Amino acid sequence: MTNHWNDIQHADAILIMGSNPAENHPISFKWVNEARTKRGAKLIVVDPRFTRSAATADIYARLRPGTDIAFLGAVINYAIEKNRIHEEYVKNYTDAAYIVNPAFQGATDLDGLFSGLTGAKYDKATWAYEMDENGIPKQDLTLQDPLCVYQLLKKHYSRYTIKKVSDITGCDAADLEAVCETYTATCKPELSGTIMYAMGTTQHTYGSQNVRAFAVLQLLLGNIGNAGGGINALRGESNVQGSTDHGALFHILTGYLKYPKANQPTLAVYNEQNTPKNKDPKSLNWWGNTPKYMASLMKAWWRDADLETAYSYLPKIDDGKNYSYLPIYSAMANGEIKGMFVWGMNPAVGAPSSKMIRKAIAQLDWMVCVDLWETETSAFWQKEAGVNPADIKTEVFLLPAASSMEKEGSISNSGRWCQWRYKAIDPVGHAEDDLWIINQIVNRTKALYAKEGGAFPDPIANLTWNYGKVGLDGKIHPPSPREVAKEINGYFIAEKEIEDKAKGEIKKFKPGDIVPSFAMLQDDGSTVCGCWVYAGSIDDKGENKMMKRDPADPTGLGMFPNWSWSWPVNRRIVYNRASVNVEGKPFSKEKPVLWWSPLKKAWLGDIPDGNGDPDAILPFIMVPHGRGMLFAAGMSDGPFPEHYEPLESVVKNTLSNSQVSPVITRWDEKAKEETCNPILAAGCIAALYGSEEAKEFPTICSTYRVSEHWQTGQMTRWIPWLNELVPNQFVEMSEEFAREHGITFGDKVKLTSARNVEGITAYAMITKRLKPFRIQGKDIHMVGITWHFGYKGLATGGNANDLTPFIGDPNTMIPEYKAFLVKVEKA
Amino acid sequence: MNISRRNFLKLAGGTLAAAGVGTGIGVQPAFALPKKVRYAQEVTTICPYCGVGCGIIAHVSNGKVINTEGDPDHPINKGALCSKGGSLYQIANNDKRNKKVLYRAPGADAWKEVEWDWALDKITANLKKTRDASFKLTNANNEVVNRCESIAAIGGAALDNEEVYALTKMNRALGLVYVEHQARI
Amino acid sequence: MAEYIKLIDVTKCTGCRGCQVACKQWNSLPAVDTMFTGSLQNPKDLNYNTWCLIRFDEVEKDGKLNWLMRHDACMHCETPACAKACPSPGALTKNENGSVVHNPAYCIGCRSCIVACPFDIPRNDKALEKMAKCSLCHDRIDDGKKPACVTACPTGCLTFGTKEEMLKAAEKRAEKVKGVIYPANPHYETHVMYILPGTVGVEDFSHMNPHPKMPATLYWWKNLFKPFTLIGIAGVAGAAFLHYIIKGPHRVHEKKEGGE
Repeated sequence: MTNHWNDIQHADAILIMGSNPAENHPISFKWVNEARTKRGAKLIVVDPRFTRSAATADIYARLRPGTDIAFLGAVINYAIEKNRIHEEYVKNYTDAAYIVNPAFQGATDLDGLFSGLTGAKYDKATWAYEMDENGIPKQDLTLQDPLCVYQLLKKHYSRYTIKKVSDITGCDAADLEAVCETYTATCKPELSGTIMYAMGTTQHTYGSQNVRAFAVLQLLLGNIGNAGGGINALRGESNVQGSTDHGALFHILTGYLKYPKANQPTLAVYNEQNTPKNKDPKSLNWWGNTPKYMASLMKAWWRDADLETAYSYLPKIDDGKNYSYLPIYSAMANGEIKGMFVWGMNPAVGAPSSKMIRKAIAQLDWMVCVDLWETETSAFWQKEAGVNPADIKTEVFLLPAASSMEKEGSISNSGRWCQWRYKAIDPVGHAEDDLWIINQIVNRTKALYAKEGGAFPDPIANLTWNYGKVGLDGKIHPPSPREVAKEINGYFIAEKEIEDKAKGEIKKFKPGDIVPSFAMLQDDGSTVCGCWVYAGSIDDKGENKMMKRDPADPTGLGMFPNWSWSWPVNRRIVYNRASVNVEGKPFSKEKPVLWWSPLKKAWLGDIPDGNGDPDAILPFIMVPHGRGMLFAAGMSDGPFPEHYEPLESVVKNTLSNSQVSPVITRWDEKAKEETCNPILAAGCIAALYGSEEAKEFPTICSTYRVSEHWQTGQMTRWIPWLNELVPNQFVEMSEEFAREHGITFGDKVKLTSARNVEGITAYAMITKRLKPFRIQGKDIHMVGITWHFGYKGLATGGNANDLTPFIGDPNTMIPEYKAFLVKVEKA
Repeated sequence: MNISRRNFLKLAGGTLAAAGVGTGIGVQPAFALPKKVRYAQEVTTICPYCGVGCGIIAHVSNGKVINTEGDPDHPINKGALCSKGGSLYQIANNDKRNKKVLYRAPGADAWKEVEWDWALDKITANLKKTRDASFKLTNANNEVVNRCESIAAIGGAALDNEEVYALTKMNRALGLVYVEHQARI
Repeated sequence: MAEYIKLIDVTKCTGCRGCQVACKQWNSLPAVDTMFTGSLQNPKDLNYNTWCLIRFDEVEKDGKLNWLMRHDACMHCETPACAKACPSPGALTKNENGSVVHNPAYCIGCRSCIVACPFDIPRNDKALEKMAKCSLCHDRIDDGKKPACVTACPTGCLTFGTKEEMLKAAEKRAEKVKGVIYPANPHYETHVMYILPGTVGVEDFSHMNPHPKMPATLYWWKNLFKPFTLIGIAGVAGAAFLHYIIKGPHRVHEKKEGGE
């Protein structure tokens, strides 16, 4: 979230799209309703299903699963055509005025594609701004130049008319227009609109572009940086924000530092390639600090090694090779992966085409699962999984983990609040917390390599690990999360004098001193910092700010600066410099996040995003040129979001002849190759538009979650009170669909897909809340099913992901869980 | 702990005055449920489910969680909880929790209870064996890669920050590149 | 002691069912075995171990779909029919704070309250021969806390306060959302009230009695017969006798009177 949960109360319009917060983030509705009751905010819910979020909405608009870009394209087009944009904001704070390379061609020129497509990849040379002689992008502040971003954007979305989009999405034109009208009303400088999104947005073969479309819309309306605005990803797990911050993904290190590649052999080369340069004196270009953060991280991991040596210890990934979630399972199916650690995750239910996933897991020599309960993953070898245990050679360990009340530590919520949890009771039985387990494995591995030697032992032997020490008796002491928190925050390991330019003073630090903020991190190895965005979470007296519980709210905006701690540097609303005009005056006088005091020569309110006088810097400090990007050359699939159909669709793309995204990794095509491993061949096939399979599986299916269960149900299906509320798997369908298929109240139905012809069963929930979509003159049906069920737990049921396709987004490789094809029949 | 909003009602705790309903017969004291949390220790925690980060109070007595409910002081939820957050009590008090270290041998059809020491030594030995057998110092282009592609590590969104940081540190020190978690799905 | 009202603003309910679980957790009520019911409503009905329930209804009116979610629990009547019907002293009492509370120690399982209740709230357990229903968490009120369901409610659907405050709030809100206050009859006072959306009628909600009133037979029972029967009844022995004579006839009247 750019903003945070309490901030939703300041919105004048709330667009819930690709999320269902009333069900999956129920407490957010406290703040949604606060905005509605106190401000008269309008609630807009756009969803294929009439959800519990839609139940109380002012406007509910339906859309066929997977047509978000088309829908948002109509809203963007409406904003531009009706001039419902925040012009001052757009001109000053976005790249609207930048001139683009004349050789660039867009979807209007190239039938849904962009210039540079070669094979299944874009050469992005033409996706670039024109630079002036100082190396700063050329601008046309009148926004009239046909080559400026604004005009290109206008041209791109001119095709997304209400009529056309209504026909693509199945959304009633009047509803669509009502959404356009109501939401774009927030273009007024004093008003703000917020977007609440989640996996309904991202889990598509163009999920990242769905988010981009939100960004374009919010920038045009001037809705980023202000109170009640922002693009707010509602995260589904209590610490998925923190675990991402701490680099638990293949492509990043901690604090979103890019992961080193094989063609970056030294830290010097890494820094050179990953430190963006910018010549605009008004751009802070925050990533320009990359070498400091990287050096501090290397020192946190290998204290006694010099920086280059430490860097050499990091494993390197091949340039262009993807090691993400889907490739893990294809490598596993191919027998390339022999061992796996599973820390509180349940891919046997949660991964796409999960029947195939379970077969891939069976190829492992060993697997270690750490969890509170037995999961389908740890139990994949059992008879309930439909396999013969004797045939499965995998050695499995199931380590009992402590629950959140049985240990202490911090977690970071969606709004970046890092909150400390205290230990209430000892872990049950022999359970231990994850840190204890990690500490045991590290120390035992260190000991084993010290004793026996082995392949490249240096990074293990030299790993700095000074929490949970090994005693003289060889016993491994329990680690202290507070020690780890200190390393994450950072401290000095050498004497250092640092000039504070703002205050005009020299600050002196000695070894052991806490790093007060990431501005003090050094690139010379004198500082240690495990995760730079968390620098400042502990203050110089050693007080852990994540434990703070002071309910004071000095701005009255619900920012609670002393309740927990928010990264970065306790800033509650990021990009908040965009909430004020170039004179430092808030666009909204009623809900000012930040304002410049000419008397004090200082910013008051929230922690400003970047220092300096008004207009001294550009607000989007994480972007090299400092302006919000309407034109995003960093994307794999185009600088502007363009509508494509889902991989599996019964609808032809009528906006262009590019049926699906041209740059997605086509596992389904690999599946057809003769050399393909049979596990992948069966698990990756897809029912493409116009194919025989699409005729066999004619119904759109979307997966989702309900309030009463969580993710794969790996926790909640063991909770009796929750199973009472939702005891069985069910599939939602319209009355029209049920009638056509002879399905009546109480029936069980069977769902099959191209990847799973045996199918799964579920109860039919026949509801008025789903209706067929009218698309290109035809009625198109959809059904919806939860993905909470599997064969373990107190409540069991058909696993929806046994049906889902094995395909991902080209930018992130997030799987498509939201739009695919099935056949539904009475069981 | 600040208890500013803990008591909502402007009344002092006191005896329940029972009153009849005009029948002249309801003179028995009303059934008073045990005031179960009055003397329990309050421990603040944050909900382990979604990303909202609601504050929860666990009431602890004699080493047991006896009650969990929304923390009324917490600015985000102000005491409110959904069905999942409201059921935290059944995480702490749940006879189906994993309480022992379990091991499944290749081909076996049941778990076997084992000791931590044994399991951790075996895990470490497996890890080392797999790592050593496949460790790559260079790739096909002869670039230095120092990696182990035969072990994957997934998960982490349910871990605390300090844990997941330590996990990332361990994974990368071991040379792992197949490192992923819930943020990808 | 002040008199309280729990206000249920149906226009704000999102059916998250935090209230349902909070009720179970605070009152130490076990989960009951359930099966898919055709909708999200589960358990299908109130029961001995489920004292509040979100009822889900899908109603189409004027081409617009209303997905109605209603928190259903004891209304805590000012003049509770259940307590009037109850033959066992102390099994059902009304407190000054407005709550009508059952005490299992005195309950003889005769089901008189179940038959008498105009809202069809009390439920009994056949094996235990006891009744149970929402107690408005009177023990929490006594501790200065709001009822568990109200504390848990995230959306502002459930609120709790003094009678004066809540009556005012109800009127204000009903006016703002063009809704209606339930029970509408000013002569039938309860300590739980609803704001229902004006787009639908009371009859569109399942299991909601449009015209709650004290069963006429109860006047006769309580004012004439009951005082006499109680003469000479002492403690449990008498109650058990009553149980014996009453239980039979009332079995015949299992038809719910709350109105579907």
